[in-house]
Amino acid sequence: MRYMVMHYQTQAMEDGVLPTPEMQAAIGQYMQESAMAGVLLSGEGVAPSSAGARVEVTDGRVRVIDGPYAEAKELIAGFAILEVRSLAEAVEHARKFALLVGAERIDVRRVIEYSDLQ
Amino acid sequence: MEATDLPATLATVWRVESPRIIARLVRLVGDIDTAEELAQDTFVAAIEKWRREGIPNNPAAWLNTTARFLAVDLIRRRDTQRGKYQQVAATIPRTTELDIGQIVDGDLADDLLGLIFMSCHPVLSPDARSALTLKLVCGLNTGDVARAFLVPEPTIAQRIVRAKRTLAAANIRFELPGPTERPARLDAVREVIYLVFNEGYSATSGDRWIRNELCDEALRLGRMLASLTPNDTETLGLLALIEIQASRLVARVGPHGEPVLLMDQDRTRWDRLLIRRGLALNERIDQLRGTAGPYALQAAIAACHARATRAADTDWPRIAALYDGLAQIAPSPVVELNRAVATGRAFGPQAGLGIVRPLFDHPAMRNYHLLPAVAGDLCCSAGDHDEARQHFLRAAALATNGQERATMQQRAVQCAAHHVGSA
Repeated sequence: MRYMVMHYQTQAMEDGVLPTPEMQAAIGQYMQESAMAGVLLSGEGVAPSSAGARVEVTDGRVRVIDGPYAEAKELIAGFAILEVRSLAEAVEHARKFALLVGAERIDVRRVIEYSDLQ
Repeated sequence: MEATDLPATLATVWRVESPRIIARLVRLVGDIDTAEELAQDTFVAAIEKWRREGIPNNPAAWLNTTARFLAVDLIRRRDTQRGKYQQVAATIPRTTELDIGQIVDGDLADDLLGLIFMSCHPVLSPDARSALTLKLVCGLNTGDVARAFLVPEPTIAQRIVRAKRTLAAANIRFELPGPTERPARLDAVREVIYLVFNEGYSATSGDRWIRNELCDEALRLGRMLASLTPNDTETLGLLALIEIQASRLVARVGPHGEPVLLMDQDRTRWDRLLIRRGLALNERIDQLRGTAGPYALQAAIAACHARATRAADTDWPRIAALYDGLAQIAPSPVVELNRAVATGRAFGPQAGLGIVRPLFDHPAMRNYHLLPAVAGDLCCSAGDHDEARQHFLRAAALATNGQERATMQQRAVQCAAHHVGSA
């Protein structure tokens, strides 16, 4: 089963505070370890919302709103796609990641696969 | 709702953490049985402590620390029993402390690699290697392994016990093979991974869902091995090959469970993420510029199919060239037959027939229904419908599966119609 593990921004991330070298090393080690566990399929992190934009559609009218946005903690900071055997396993990987990088919130969601659409 | 089911959480953490815990323990104590006993003790300690105090914030770290503590304790007790370090420890305890610390906190990559080499050791039979690897390196329990291989649980349990006994009898301890030994040992590991993958991949329709789990476990092992030996082109090749093959798992089965051939698959159903991973691995192999081995070449062939959005876009000349290479380094009649198909598609049916005809004299191919099936297909393209018909009838007679027999008979009938029509 495939899960998308999304971690949310902290205010510091949104403010563009770069992770300390120790933190970067910890993240690197986590990535390496989850690759060694054979579970990590893909993953990316994103820049603060000031470097992004939002497309909103209301009643068919499209609005493009440039960042930054006020609700920093409601924004995704990055994701990983994990291949694991259960939701519980994905949660354990998310737990380790949260403790390591100091994320305050992580969502673990199952990726829709072809068999779900049958 | 907060999820705090102790037995379930512990079981999950165990599945996730046990490979690295076992790997480290095996390195510390040398043999699998002692390592498993210590792991069991760790597990029991966790149940007792967590039941009293709740699940810790970082259960994985707790298990690792406890296992480490129990191992160090055992090593100390062993040493004391031997009386070897007793005096030394009394005079310079700090040094002993440091040494154990260094040994205990070695590289996780080495631990895992050592465990993989041990479970895939050439002294073990292929069945024993797969069972032991799935249990120790993938963290499956005996029941899971039995279910995946469609054999009774006691059979697998016995297989694992016997495998461990064989390792012990041959005095095989945790070790990282040196540079001269390593290529052959890696071959043995790759063989296990590909075997497990194919066990799942070639499953018949009824048990397909369960057996696909074997493909998942093989992929997990392949991904582990590739991250542990990132510059080994054959390991990357094997992983690329199975990532791309697995990308077609859904598309290769029709609505009634019947197999769908590669050229007839709905390519929009191929798993794009797995294809991207497979193609990226192929690029990495190219960058490493090593001599391409059999897995890397098969991966390159698989990549040609994966890149073609429509079957008609397939780069057959490249596939034919890759099969030429494969036929040179890993010659086999089956490779030759595939080379005939690719060459036929790339350079016309006569070129393909030139490769197919000598295969009819090969003893291993005598009862292989795909040989006349391919020959029939090539003759059909060449316009020789009478000979094609003979081949298809022969293929139908040899086919062991009802579906394939029906397809071959149908093609023979179509040839007959052609033959009459053109006469």
